Amino acid sequence: MTNIPETGRSTRVQTRLVVIQILVLSLLGTLGGRLWYLQIREGSAYAKEASGNHVQQVVDPAVRGSILDARGVPLADNETRLVVSASRTDLLKMKDDGKAVLTKLAGVLGMKPQEVMEKVRLCDAKTPQPCWNGSPYQPIPITDEATPKQALQIRERAEDFPGITAEPQAVRRYPSPGGANTAQVLGYLSPVTDDEIQQAQDTDSPYLRSDQVGRSGLERQYDKALRGKAGVTRYEVDNLGRVIGEAESDAAQPGDNLVTSIDARVQRIAEYELNEAMKTARGEFDKNTGENYKADSGAVVVMEAKTGRVVAMASNPTYDPNAWVGGISAADYKKLTGKDSNYPLLNRAIQGQSAPGSTFKVISTAAAVEAGYDFDGGYPCTSSYSVGNQVFKNFESENFGPISLGRALEVSCDTVFYGLAHKEWQKDGGINPKKNANDYFFKAAHQFGLGKETGIDLPNEVTGRVPDRAWKQSYWEANKDAWCKTGKKDGSYVEKIAYENCLEGNKMRAGDEINYSIGQGDTLVTPIQMATIYAAISNGGTLYDPTVGKAVISADGKKVTEIEPTSHGKLPISKATRNKMDAALAGVATRGTAAWRFQNWPQDEIAMHAKTGTAEVYGKQTTSWFATYTKDYTVVMTISQAGTGSGASGPAVRKIYDALYGVQEDGSVDKKKALLPTPQKSLPKVRTDGTIAAPKITEDPAKKEKATEPGERAPADDQQGATTATPTGQNRNTRRRRRCTPRRGGSTGRRMLT
Amino acid sequence: MTGANSFQVSGYGPERAGWTRLFARDSVTRRLDWPILLAAGLLSVIGSLLVFSATRNRTDINQGDPYYFLIRHIMNTGIGLALMIGVIWIGHRTLRTAVPLLYGLSVFLILLVLTPLGSTVNGAHSWIVFGGGFSLQPSEFVKITIILGMAMLLAARVDAGDKEYPDHRTVLQALGLAAVPMAIVLLMPDLGSVMVMVIIVLGVLLASGASNRWVFGLLGAGAIGAIAVWQLHILDEYQINRFAAFANPSLDPAGVGYNTNQARIAIGSGGLLGAGLFHGSQTTGQFVPEQQTDFVFTVAGEELGFVGAGLIVVLLGVVLWRACRIARETTDLYGTIVAAGIVAWFAFQSFENIGMTLGIMPVTGLPLPFVSYGGSSMFAVWIAVGLLQSITVQRPMSA
Repeated sequence: MTNIPETGRSTRVQTRLVVIQILVLSLLGTLGGRLWYLQIREGSAYAKEASGNHVQQVVDPAVRGSILDARGVPLADNETRLVVSASRTDLLKMKDDGKAVLTKLAGVLGMKPQEVMEKVRLCDAKTPQPCWNGSPYQPIPITDEATPKQALQIRERAEDFPGITAEPQAVRRYPSPGGANTAQVLGYLSPVTDDEIQQAQDTDSPYLRSDQVGRSGLERQYDKALRGKAGVTRYEVDNLGRVIGEAESDAAQPGDNLVTSIDARVQRIAEYELNEAMKTARGEFDKNTGENYKADSGAVVVMEAKTGRVVAMASNPTYDPNAWVGGISAADYKKLTGKDSNYPLLNRAIQGQSAPGSTFKVISTAAAVEAGYDFDGGYPCTSSYSVGNQVFKNFESENFGPISLGRALEVSCDTVFYGLAHKEWQKDGGINPKKNANDYFFKAAHQFGLGKETGIDLPNEVTGRVPDRAWKQSYWEANKDAWCKTGKKDGSYVEKIAYENCLEGNKMRAGDEINYSIGQGDTLVTPIQMATIYAAISNGGTLYDPTVGKAVISADGKKVTEIEPTSHGKLPISKATRNKMDAALAGVATRGTAAWRFQNWPQDEIAMHAKTGTAEVYGKQTTSWFATYTKDYTVVMTISQAGTGSGASGPAVRKIYDALYGVQEDGSVDKKKALLPTPQKSLPKVRTDGTIAAPKITEDPAKKEKATEPGERAPADDQQGATTATPTGQNRNTRRRRRCTPRRGGSTGRRMLT
Repeated sequence: MTGANSFQVSGYGPERAGWTRLFARDSVTRRLDWPILLAAGLLSVIGSLLVFSATRNRTDINQGDPYYFLIRHIMNTGIGLALMIGVIWIGHRTLRTAVPLLYGLSVFLILLVLTPLGSTVNGAHSWIVFGGGFSLQPSEFVKITIILGMAMLLAARVDAGDKEYPDHRTVLQALGLAAVPMAIVLLMPDLGSVMVMVIIVLGVLLASGASNRWVFGLLGAGAIGAIAVWQLHILDEYQINRFAAFANPSLDPAGVGYNTNQARIAIGSGGLLGAGLFHGSQTTGQFVPEQQTDFVFTVAGEELGFVGAGLIVVLLGVVLWRACRIARETTDLYGTIVAAGIVAWFAFQSFENIGMTLGIMPVTGLPLPFVSYGGSSMFAVWIAVGLLQSITVQRPMSA
């Protein structure tokens, strides 16, 4: 009682009141602090979460643009299917969550009610397929194969089917006009992945979960233009998903149409002839392996020589691109990608690579001229070329004595190039090269565009390979451990090679350069690279980036963006050299190795130039190469494990030209039958409504070929070809005959001929 | 000094009537604690705006009238103000004599809730529903009668000058007095209200000067009681789930954790200035349940931002700070205990209510004083304000 303050209060109470006050303040302080943390520090994160909470997007898919050929014929377009879909939000408004409606719908569609119910339920961790994994605000498709009658039933009795719509929808279709399927060039679509949805989420063109994305070929290369822009309507929704307002909406913009330089008719011919050539080759006996040629894959490119535009591009084996439409089945997928499939999805025109064989000699010729050798000089074409104790044979021709480089091209004389390459190798310092080695032969290959992509507007083009010093060094570094481990000085053949490689695989040996000069060894090229090179020789030296796309035309037809040819360099040859080379290649077609394939060809009217090639592949049959050009077109064909260049590929290439120019069997030119005597310059006509006019292709352009196809056979390898004006009467093709010639590991020439 | 005396201190004659008298130096109006009154009034105004924002689109509950809840909230506030004036008029000391009656009445009402007359709302059987959309939640009033009853018992001997502190027997009696209605409320079960009452009892005991042993003993008993409640499964599953969701908010975000998650999103998305009144999309989209009552603070957080939500906390702080001052400056222990009890009540209930929306307290069904929609709560808190005003009005003037 002694300490009673003014209030007449004991200190204990007073102290406790202060404690209470402090407690109360700290509680409020806690609230303030937490409030600051949530609203100021983490505010933006919560704001983002909140906006995700109450905005739902309804995406209206854009119609994918068509892919057209040079005349406007659709190679890929959309077909309309009747799609019956259900709106979940509407169904949920009903008392029984729409069960009665769905049951009725199942009756109309001839499905089980259970089946329909399962399709409209939402996917979650516990729900097995089938279920809907798209937005619940999106109409859920129940079937895309409704008949018009079913659709009519649903539409006419709309009051019986609330929330159900039956509407035509666009589905991708590859119509293969006239039988041209163009599969690998067109590519295919497959459903978008979660990652892609995530990535595209905040862009101006978000994906629908049901979206299809181009996965290869043109579909992938031009995906953005073709896809268009999906329309997006953002709805504000409440906690039950009821729409309480429309935030914003953008109309769907249909995708642009892509006009290509492909001519569907030529494409069909190319595909057909490639396949026929391979079939024929399989009937041929390969003396070296003691079995028929396998002819397991092949490719052909038809290109406009003056622009680099691709008129036809075929790859074999092929497949039906429609297999991808509406989701590929597991069985189909295995057929296309499995181990035994032989990978028909590969576009071998840009993704297949092999040694070029003698088609490479144009590069060696250019290199020799560059190195200072006179084109018209005399170079010994002996039957073999010896370096030390190694003997390099002249496989493709016989002893012609001293001949010019042009003549060497014509008759495909190996020893001329052996000699030149060997001389250059010596000048560069031999096995221990001087510092600034000229390396004319390798430099030329790079200047011709080998060892890198041509830049064609198709995805995943491969680069090929120029086996120059840099490559040899890196290849050796990558493999020397394995070589040194397995290599034995006196072991088996393979072990000996490994031993050699281990010791000096990083060095450019005489044999390496000698083999390289005739396109054998470790060189790899793609058909499109060869087509680009031969087109450049034809057009005066410009290496064009090949293009398939010619123009992108907006859906309304108002905006036309032409894709202009661009070049990636000039051939390192003078005009005079080009002209001489041109003449020599014409000689190949008239009196050289390809002459027997161009009998009755109206050479005066349409000057034909050609070069054959037969490339060795270790452990396999030879690769057939055939590179040709006129003033307007270049046609390059290659068939793996099919024999010689002119032998396997010759007839097919000839027939492609016949079709292009309308050349008849007797050598006359029927302009009316010519499919494309000059390249298609103009774009197809765009009508005012944005559609593109196209001629109809009703019949298979290859049909008349079938009728005229004679049972023509290439002459047996050892025999004299049934050819014409071959001055020597000896050289017919570029076939090299060696057993088991190793082409791997860089130690080729020496081994094979000792 | 008695309350009656302080009224008679007035040295002005009857001729000084009207406005002049109303604002005379020692008049009731001048002696009122205006900060409390203004803060509480402002809270009610903000509350009515928030309630309106939360309910104007709720056609499912507002009977098609967007102003349904707004009008009722204003009416409740008006009735609350009237009750406050009544309490000031009568005076807390006069009310002291009526405490047994009030106590008996409130216990009767909560017993009535347990009979078939009571209704269950949101899992708690704690309502008496009258016709016409009016209902009563007697447990709100029990909070007042517990404060008044305990204060009466604990202060009697001390204020009489017999003792310095309440003795053990008095404390026991007071605890018994509080325990009876608390047990009944626990049966409803209205766990939130029981928690508030426990804190009130603690505050009252602290302020009464009762022995430390009682204070700590009660704290211990509370802890044991909580464990017992948990272990004996007195709690319903939904209540346990609320605690589980509090401990781990990401648990089942569509179910139990939904409230807290959505509440936090709403508040967090407000940022510094908020989306603007009536512009909160979480609020418009009705993502937060019970938004006009227990979760009204989320509307403030989303639409008024840190500034607005912070203002509510500050205004509550003003009320509590002034109430603490009143408790400290009152000469009689009865007034001190009543004020302290009210401080404990308001402080804990505000902290629990706002804390649960901020995710730092488990979810219980407690209204935010002055702000939440709800008649009983509104009446009770304004009666409490009336008690505080009465205490400060009847305090002897300092020199």
